[in-house]
Amino acid sequence: MTSLSAKIQDVFDEPACDKNRGKDAKARKEGCARPLTPGAAAGGCAFDGAKIVLQPITDVAHLVHAPLACEGNSWDNRGAASSGPTLWRTSFTTDLTELDVVMGQGERKLFKAIREIKEAYAPPAVFVYSTCVTALIGDDIEAVCKRAAEKFGLAVVPINAPGLAGSKNLGNKLAAEALLDHVIGTVEPDDAGPYDINILGEFNLSGEFWLIKPLLDRLGIRVRACIPGDARYLDIASAHRARAAMVVCSTALINLARKMDERWHIPFFEGSFYGISDTSEALRKIAELLVRKGADREILDRTETLIAEQEAIAWEKLEAYRRGLQGKRVLLNTGGVKSWSVVHALMEIGMEIVGTSVKKSTVEDKERIKQILKDDNHMFEQMAARDLYTMLSEGKADIMLSGGRTQFVALKAKTPWLDINQERQHPYAGYDGMVELVRQIDLAIHNPIWSQVRERAPWDCQPGVKDEQPSTKNETATVHSAQEFAGTTPTISASVEEIR
Amino acid sequence: MTRILAQSKSASVNPLKSSQPLGAALAFLGIDGAVPLFHGTQGCTSFALVLFVRHFKETIPLQTTAMDEVTTILGGSDNLEEAILNLKTRTKPKLIGVCTTALVETRGEDSAGDIADIKLKRAEELAGTEIVLANTPDFSGALEEGWSKAVTAMIEGITRPGERARQSKKIAILPGWNLTVADIEHLREMVKSFGLHPVILPDLSGSLDGTVPDHWVPTTYGGTSVEDIRELGAAEHCIAICEHMRRPAEVLHKVTGVPYVLFESLTGLKDADQFVSLLSRISGEPVPAGVCRRRAQLQDAFLDGHFHFGGKKIAIAAEPDQLYQYATFFVDMGSEITAAVTTTDMSEILEKVPAESIQIGDLGDLETLAGGADLLVTHSHGRQASHRLGIPLMRVGFPVFDRLGSQHKLSILYQGTRDLVFEVANMFQADRHAPTPEELDPFRKREAPGGPRSSPLARH
Repeated sequence: MTSLSAKIQDVFDEPACDKNRGKDAKARKEGCARPLTPGAAAGGCAFDGAKIVLQPITDVAHLVHAPLACEGNSWDNRGAASSGPTLWRTSFTTDLTELDVVMGQGERKLFKAIREIKEAYAPPAVFVYSTCVTALIGDDIEAVCKRAAEKFGLAVVPINAPGLAGSKNLGNKLAAEALLDHVIGTVEPDDAGPYDINILGEFNLSGEFWLIKPLLDRLGIRVRACIPGDARYLDIASAHRARAAMVVCSTALINLARKMDERWHIPFFEGSFYGISDTSEALRKIAELLVRKGADREILDRTETLIAEQEAIAWEKLEAYRRGLQGKRVLLNTGGVKSWSVVHALMEIGMEIVGTSVKKSTVEDKERIKQILKDDNHMFEQMAARDLYTMLSEGKADIMLSGGRTQFVALKAKTPWLDINQERQHPYAGYDGMVELVRQIDLAIHNPIWSQVRERAPWDCQPGVKDEQPSTKNETATVHSAQEFAGTTPTISASVEEIR
Repeated sequence: MTRILAQSKSASVNPLKSSQPLGAALAFLGIDGAVPLFHGTQGCTSFALVLFVRHFKETIPLQTTAMDEVTTILGGSDNLEEAILNLKTRTKPKLIGVCTTALVETRGEDSAGDIADIKLKRAEELAGTEIVLANTPDFSGALEEGWSKAVTAMIEGITRPGERARQSKKIAILPGWNLTVADIEHLREMVKSFGLHPVILPDLSGSLDGTVPDHWVPTTYGGTSVEDIRELGAAEHCIAICEHMRRPAEVLHKVTGVPYVLFESLTGLKDADQFVSLLSRISGEPVPAGVCRRRAQLQDAFLDGHFHFGGKKIAIAAEPDQLYQYATFFVDMGSEITAAVTTTDMSEILEKVPAESIQIGDLGDLETLAGGADLLVTHSHGRQASHRLGIPLMRVGFPVFDRLGSQHKLSILYQGTRDLVFEVANMFQADRHAPTPEELDPFRKREAPGGPRSSPLARH
């Protein structure tokens, strides 16, 4: 595992990471892994993180070398969308048995599994994921992949990110390293042009990148590779010929962007497609970078025209929601709000942000939050489920926006909730996506179920019942109150007879 | 005689199994005030947690010992201790159910020894909390085995041993994992209607039935109480449901002398009849009129429903006991099991499954074998096969993440069987194709190789 340790050291020392830059040399060497507290930990492992980053590559066979749980408990669970191949949704695992582990048959089984996949599905590539157990028993997946690639004449890529190596975020970065080591730059495209870009860290959840792509098409900008959302293996293999790149989810793939800049001189910027002004800013920066790399300057004007036109349409659509959402209080509870422009748009139509998690935010981010919230008390690192529940059941927010992990904290506190993480049902990117997000918030807050689920049962709020202690006295009170009902409702009077 | 075909592939395609520790955790979730604890890396827990949440749509208490590279090398006993102490202070559980994973089992950790040490060393701090261990490596077994091991471990660890004065009317019930919340609620009502007092272990109907508690609870809320597990030996009889509950029932018998009866399934008229007769015999009470009425309703459902079942080809992929449950249901209605896939060859029940052969395998195998079938029966992951083959999917078992209410679907005794008859018949009616001259052309039909998909005429 020495080469893995070196890799981990390397990705932890990421000069392009804002958080890392803020540390001194010693702290930087320690890396960004937080020690987990046994019995009070949450979140996925490095393997989870690696798979999240790579699995949306649609035409690749993703083979998990592990006992059942790693893949069996987790496959087909994310909402990325494909415009073509569906192989990525087929689950492949070596499903190691006790015998395989004890007899040391892991490597052989892996090799045979790759052959079976090649024969039955003929994919352009097989990605092989190592996991805790296969790392522990010392299976050399790099050697097996190399041999299989030679023997079967297809790309077989080892993804060395076993769960015990660390967190999900580390896994994201190790996955990027695997792409750098084995995939990107292995194929020369014959159609490279001055308007080619890469989008890194865009997952195409609910197909939301398809809300963005037409905007780029309109400007004559071609997406050479979107990694990983709706990607094909060949797109990624030839991604080194793009002229510029945008990093969407920087915590996940910043190392990929920086190293592609180093190796192939692809300048990049960090941006977001969430929110109106951020979408505009992203389009603007893409155009600028392309011009810097030799594209015709006229693209800048065309971009401004498109932005002006699309922004006007979006703001006009959003205006319709102002009446219903003015003064409503939003609690943002998500890993890191990268897009201040979502917050900006919500505030623009009169909503109020009553709290936000800053777990993954940089110092700069925190400053911006302070300005927006006017009260740093509303900033929290991570809120325990119990505290979150208390806050919501006391009605301190009208809606919570978060990921699935805290969904039921909000719902059990009878508070409107909207999924803004990977399992969400609706696309929120770009101009139309922002309108959709606001529409969904509006639908969630104004759904008629809220008054119904908060309503106590009629027999619980009869005067004279509430303050009684549970005793024989209480029983008479219950029957008494039921009798009051009985006067008006014949069906209830029948059941009162039974109670007696 | 059913032939059991071993798995010969190296690459499992679209797994049918959920992992063994997940099955154990599910059983612990049926205990009041419990928190299951996975002894492994955070990923093991995270995946299981997400899957539980997708299925139940509930908050699920599930924790991890958070093993990492260093602790994997040095040993995980410190992590286990820290996790148990942390859980105790933060959630004050009545039960911590430790489930091992492939990582610590591959390492050869002596988790039982570690827990014994921790209990001894920390006796004072841990007072009032039971700690039970299920050895559940991911590289063997699946839900059934995990569930069975957890229940066995609870009886061995908590139930007071020795012959006791029997409380007449008290019945211990050990249901298999494949009984839904609705099944357990219905079972309890049925047993009570004979004047008997059921103690159900585990009882998911108390903890995962989808209610809204009025305050925050960090453990399970509801389910079998630890006290009830302790006093299980005072039961007059034990009824185990499903073959995988034989082991816990035997252990209960060994530890306390409580005699047991095992039902392989409670779905279908015959099994329901035997169950009801047994309750009547144990209680000395006549069968209540309401139960007789349900029985007549089921018979009527058979009469109305059998048109839709006769000659239908059914492809099922499920863990052994659930495979048996549904295969017998369909065969009893006149259908034929043309494909049967299961997770292990270790269960005795497989010999009794009314199918020519059973493939040990995955949903990839189901997809290969199910060509020409009229209905697929498996969990939600069968949706891709269903889509590609164009065959409707009946979702049963775990996980069901793309339909709501699976926990409230009744599948046992007269009423549950009646509901199943209607559900399946309605699926066939919804999937009905209009006949075409080409399909009915007698000459074309004779040329078709093998048996064609059952004729559109058969689809009422």
